[in-house]
Amino acid sequence: MTNKWTIAAAADALEKGEVSSVELTDAHIAAVEAGRSLNAFITETPEIARERAAASDARRAAGEAAGPMDGVPIAMKDLFCTEGVRTTAASHILENFVPTYESTVSGNLRDAGAVMLGKSNLDEFAMGSANITSYFGSVKNPLTPDGANTNLVPGGSSGGSVAAVAGGLAIAATGTDTGGSIRQPASFTGLVGMKPTYGRCSRWGVVAFASSLDQPGPLTKTVEDAAIMLQSMAGYDPKDSTSLPMDLPDFRAACTRDVKGMKVGIPKEYTLDGMPDEIQKLWDQGVAWMKDMGAETVEVSLPHTKYALPTYYIVAPAEASSNLARYDGVRYGLRVPGDSLDEMYELTRGEGFGEEVQRRVLIGTYVLSAGYYDAYYVKAQQVRTLIARDFQNAFADVDVLLTPTAPSAAFYEGEKMDDPIAMYLNDVFTVPASLAGLPAISVPGGTDADGLPLGLQLITGVCQEEALFRAASALEMAAGGGR
Amino acid sequence: MSYIIQGETGDWEVVIGLEVHAQAITNAKLFSGASASFGSAPNENVSLVDAAMPGMLPVINKKAIEQAVRTGLGLRAQINDYSVFERKNYFYADLPQGYQISQYLHPIVGEGTVTIDLEDGTSRDIGVERLHLEQDAGKSVHDQDPKRSMIDLNRSGVVLMEIVSKPDMRSPEEAGAYVRKLRAIVRYLGTCDGNMEEGSMRADVNVSVRKVGESDLRTRVEVKNVNSVRFVMQAIEVEAERQVEVWEEGGEVVQETRLFDPNKGETRAMRTKEFAHDYRYFPDPDLLPVKLEPGFVDEIRSTLPELPDEKKARLMADLGLSAYDAGVIVADRDTAAYFEEAAEGHDAKTVTNWLTTNLFGALNRRGLDIGDSPVSARHLGELVGLIEDETISTKIAKDVFEDMLETSKSPGDIVEEKGLKQITDTGAIEAIVDQVIVDNPGQAEDVRGGNEKAIGWFVGQVMKASQGKANPGQVNQLLRAKLLG
Repeated sequence: MTNKWTIAAAADALEKGEVSSVELTDAHIAAVEAGRSLNAFITETPEIARERAAASDARRAAGEAAGPMDGVPIAMKDLFCTEGVRTTAASHILENFVPTYESTVSGNLRDAGAVMLGKSNLDEFAMGSANITSYFGSVKNPLTPDGANTNLVPGGSSGGSVAAVAGGLAIAATGTDTGGSIRQPASFTGLVGMKPTYGRCSRWGVVAFASSLDQPGPLTKTVEDAAIMLQSMAGYDPKDSTSLPMDLPDFRAACTRDVKGMKVGIPKEYTLDGMPDEIQKLWDQGVAWMKDMGAETVEVSLPHTKYALPTYYIVAPAEASSNLARYDGVRYGLRVPGDSLDEMYELTRGEGFGEEVQRRVLIGTYVLSAGYYDAYYVKAQQVRTLIARDFQNAFADVDVLLTPTAPSAAFYEGEKMDDPIAMYLNDVFTVPASLAGLPAISVPGGTDADGLPLGLQLITGVCQEEALFRAASALEMAAGGGR
Repeated sequence: MSYIIQGETGDWEVVIGLEVHAQAITNAKLFSGASASFGSAPNENVSLVDAAMPGMLPVINKKAIEQAVRTGLGLRAQINDYSVFERKNYFYADLPQGYQISQYLHPIVGEGTVTIDLEDGTSRDIGVERLHLEQDAGKSVHDQDPKRSMIDLNRSGVVLMEIVSKPDMRSPEEAGAYVRKLRAIVRYLGTCDGNMEEGSMRADVNVSVRKVGESDLRTRVEVKNVNSVRFVMQAIEVEAERQVEVWEEGGEVVQETRLFDPNKGETRAMRTKEFAHDYRYFPDPDLLPVKLEPGFVDEIRSTLPELPDEKKARLMADLGLSAYDAGVIVADRDTAAYFEEAAEGHDAKTVTNWLTTNLFGALNRRGLDIGDSPVSARHLGELVGLIEDETISTKIAKDVFEDMLETSKSPGDIVEEKGLKQITDTGAIEAIVDQVIVDNPGQAEDVRGGNEKAIGWFVGQVMKASQGKANPGQVNQLLRAKLLG
């Protein structure tokens, strides 16, 4: 039964010799095989997993265990370049791409002894919030009721990662979050998903979507696990010019579950027109929990919140349109030959990119184009500054903000699929913290009438992960989760 | 003196602006650690970042910033403490990222000035608009395969300093002088080797024409990638003529990019379909803005060498050289260094003559640079010294010089070995003079009879008899005394 394992429990058991990494890994490899209907993985790497598990056990036997991640089987979102292992970004254009290099974050985890079970599925190039745009097929939310006609989506873009963890195929997984791609799928599957301060985790070797927004982070079953995993993932990387040149605090030690004296802000602009009752109820419950635990709750205002989604959907596609220009059939990846260079470009990219990717590249090209650059891109960046300033002002007063993570529970494939804009609204609560580069986390808060998980989001100021873990661990406890 | 094209409908003047791309001297590329060296096998100096592999990120090469600031100081330009790298987006096979990282709204160097020296001895100031840093692109080779182009990414990502002039030039000569001066400055500074044949410096020439007296500028044409000073001047000549013809025939010059064909002596529109590129510039989100620390610029300023203009002024003031001579000497850093070493302790004008006439001539004939001169600066100076202290005559010195070119020996050694010391002992010369007079009574009569010019013949004879070593001045004196009394 793999579902019971957390990183903390595994680390404990491994240390005590109650279980070996090989045993743990074998159990999860079997789970991966049994769970193929979820389509959580694009590439399974059982040999590598067994190798690393054996190496972990050997290290431990020699008294040289690397830390709490040593020997823990995890899933690696297929956006992290892994040396010698196919990395596709869930796209046809990179279908057979095998990097000769290892991303900094996956390398950090490997060095910490983590055991990679495989590369998990995602929305193509991390663009999506339901994991329905992958070239390798959609991912099924493990919470899909038996006998359902269609699958529940796991959320996106890190859909494969959450399906793997929630389905018991991996103890934890890496994700990346650009507009909510860690937090929202965590909310849809009852997991903890954390996006650190922009720059905490290196982007070197992560297939780029939107450079000023992308941030790797952990997807785990508990808050404490997220803290443990983040400790191994994060850290300054000189190869990434946007990497934060700062020491890491002890994230696990910050999980004190004690919010006495903390001031929790409730941003009034997050109350949407037509917000489902259940979401409001969950949010109110979260506020009540915080009060019960000794925190002070107060309403705050983030006046530019309503501009966050449009701002995001200008800035992110703009950067993406430029970042994806390199996928041109010249040096690596898919090449569809043509009679001229331009024809080769058109055929390769037309065939290699899925619809959502093409849509965002076109939007991005448009908003950067002559005559529109000032009205769209420049304007959006200016509004972004205002959004960031809203948070700064709020954090002069409060320590942490509490909001819902997503405007709904997981929905069924087929709902919302025709309307890209409806899809974009999935990110309405997560996008503002992304634009401001702030650390944020989704914690399972409760369920809806159908029993599907709903997440609560906490946001703190720049580099205030310790306060975030403090509040998150308490909230988790109040909601009946964690240890 | 203005450059005018006389057309059928009147006189036309030419307006020229130059964008010079200079490869900065650095070990590594602008944003990657791959080697920036020239001449390697194809795709030998390509890092993951240069190849634009997935997930790769740029990191600024600090040396490139230093070289740009250094060059900016050499251009007497404003250095901007805050500058931003932006992406210039377009698709081409030799541009791996699908964008070039360049600087657009906030370049690292602002306005400056380059003083050019013209043949008539006058000088003019040409304005520099800006200097910015950008990545060079790779190289496309189209002639190795009938159906495919080959791409070499060695050059992709190499540091380029783009120096944009104001449209202040009005003749091919001015443009040539500007490029030469720019090249001299960057070579003095050690920021670029200025080697146009190897492509480390290339010019895009913007040319427009207008009727003399017109104040507005007409449409300009860009002639791209001109790789020699001579071609820059030729390209301007032919392009200006072409434009005048177009206007005079009632047509309109089209704004376009053209290439100069030196074989045909004409410019032609570029083969590739050139529609106006929309580069969609935006600040590169993978990079932070460049902020220069206080003291950074001053530190670099304190290490600048004496630049051509300053050196020229000093040579004129301290050594009395003419503007022309000083200009020739300072035009090249190596030449100036050579001169200063050779001239130490000797007459500057004499050294100048030997340098610019005799040495340059010899080097040109042998196809050598001054850096490869078989005659060292010190030895040239010594040679001049031997003339100055009358050890040898100027004529003998020329022979010694030829020997120095062959053997690289010191002039002192050659004079010793060949026994070329000038004979200045009056008694010895007198003996030879007397002998020659005795041997040539007829000619002696001739001179005594009134043909003073025939003394020249006697001088020649005495010089021959003395193997050229007799001091000609003394020979002349003695002959006159003996023949003319």
